Amino acid sequence: MRFTTTPFIAALAICVVAATSCSTSAPTGDVVVFAASSLTAAFTEMGTAFNAATPDAHITFNFAGSADLVTQLTEGAPADLFVSADDSNMKKVTDAELNAGAPLSIAKNTFAIIVGKGNPKGITTVADLAKPGLVVVLCAETVPCGKGAARILANAAVTITPKSLEDKVKGVVSKVTSGEADAGIVFVTDVKAAGDTAQGVDIPADLNVISNYPIVVTKQSQNAHAAQAFIDFVASAAGRAILAKYGFLAP
Amino acid sequence: MLALAVVAISFFALPLIGLIWRAPWSKAWAYLSDHAAVTALRLSLQTSLWATALSVLFGVPLAWLLARTQFPGRSAVRALCTLSMVLPPVVGGVALFFALGRRGLIGQWIYRWFDYQLPFTTAAVVVAQTFVAMPFLVITVEAALRQLDTAPEDAARTLGASRWYGFRRVTLPAIRPALVAGAVLSWARALGEFGATITFAGNYPGTTQTMPLAVYLARETNPEQAIVLSLLMIAISFAVLVTLRDRWFGNRRDTAVLS
Repeated sequence: MRFTTTPFIAALAICVVAATSCSTSAPTGDVVVFAASSLTAAFTEMGTAFNAATPDAHITFNFAGSADLVTQLTEGAPADLFVSADDSNMKKVTDAELNAGAPLSIAKNTFAIIVGKGNPKGITTVADLAKPGLVVVLCAETVPCGKGAARILANAAVTITPKSLEDKVKGVVSKVTSGEADAGIVFVTDVKAAGDTAQGVDIPADLNVISNYPIVVTKQSQNAHAAQAFIDFVASAAGRAILAKYGFLAP
Repeated sequence: MLALAVVAISFFALPLIGLIWRAPWSKAWAYLSDHAAVTALRLSLQTSLWATALSVLFGVPLAWLLARTQFPGRSAVRALCTLSMVLPPVVGGVALFFALGRRGLIGQWIYRWFDYQLPFTTAAVVVAQTFVAMPFLVITVEAALRQLDTAPEDAARTLGASRWYGFRRVTLPAIRPALVAGAVLSWARALGEFGATITFAGNYPGTTQTMPLAVYLARETNPEQAIVLSLLMIAISFAVLVTLRDRWFGNRRDTAVLS
């Protein structure tokens, strides 16, 4: 008897942690998560915590720009879950009917200006980005951080000529942390992730843009049960705490 | 043998056929005449030709040094100068930052004295392309110089030709096929360069957005345009490779007669 009760208790524990309905069997097998690049640090920790809580299931990640992930999904890349850094890339997936069930919002993110350590150019506002001689890099408008940056600049009625349009948010971060660029617009969480190699300048709420992070199980998933268990974990208090630690806002 | 060779041919042909199969032919012209595509193509051709010219200018003397002189640590120098062939291009781009960027080893002085920042300029694209492309010229030309009989060159020298004159009039014509092959390889590598370019030079239409960068970004928003642009790049490269290949064979006959 003792042999059979152990998995049952483990499954029960997960159901309690997740605080949602779930079947009595514990999640098992591999779950592949396609997640937006801005989630890299937070979800890596999330995966470790989930793997520890559910030893029979194993999470692996593919982090890339949301648009890139959508392309991979439409070409048939094997994923059980997809997390986008905005609604428009999630819409592409739901429009193509690659999802199983409705997307669930797991977090929100806002934007900040990223500058070099010590803010050597003295940037305090969005309008400062238009200062002559300043080297500004932004994300291309194909990725969520680029869309957000464009809207913020429009909200502030500021026109700038960036030196580069990066294909992912980490490209902007690295150009600023390496000192080649003076400033860029990135997610608040990216500034936090850059640690003491860079610092952030707040963008006021009336100019800022809020990006939503929806997650969904893919239609092709062979392990929807474990995939759903991961979603439940992300949405649990433990999952929320990890996201908050990396600067994400509650959904 | 033949069966394996056919497998090899299919291996290269199938992805190309895949592209042709998925290409939206009815919209091809619209995508190609798109202003952004034309700009990227022009920039790619300009920068890759510059990179080829620089590779020849500096690569031929380097190949000569490696093939014809003896000095301690020559193998180490050769390995160093061909390292960028095996280096992941993105790493190459980061390394170029550390050398030539605004905070780089040399770049910081250039920035301080001349207020000039190389990254984010078209020149940076050429530097990134030359960095990854030149080794292809160096190893091709070095191999040719090693195989070449030095007797005609020595004869020219005994007849009073200067070292440079002998090299220019005797050695260079003899290794011309290898020089052309090396230059074409460098050019092809420069044309397709992506990683070092986006890392070191950034991506901005008109200044640093070359065809591979435009294709990569188009892939995310407009996969159809990405396919059409890729096919254009392939067509250009294919035309050049086929044309020059024929010329090498012609030249190879000349060489045989010469030696």
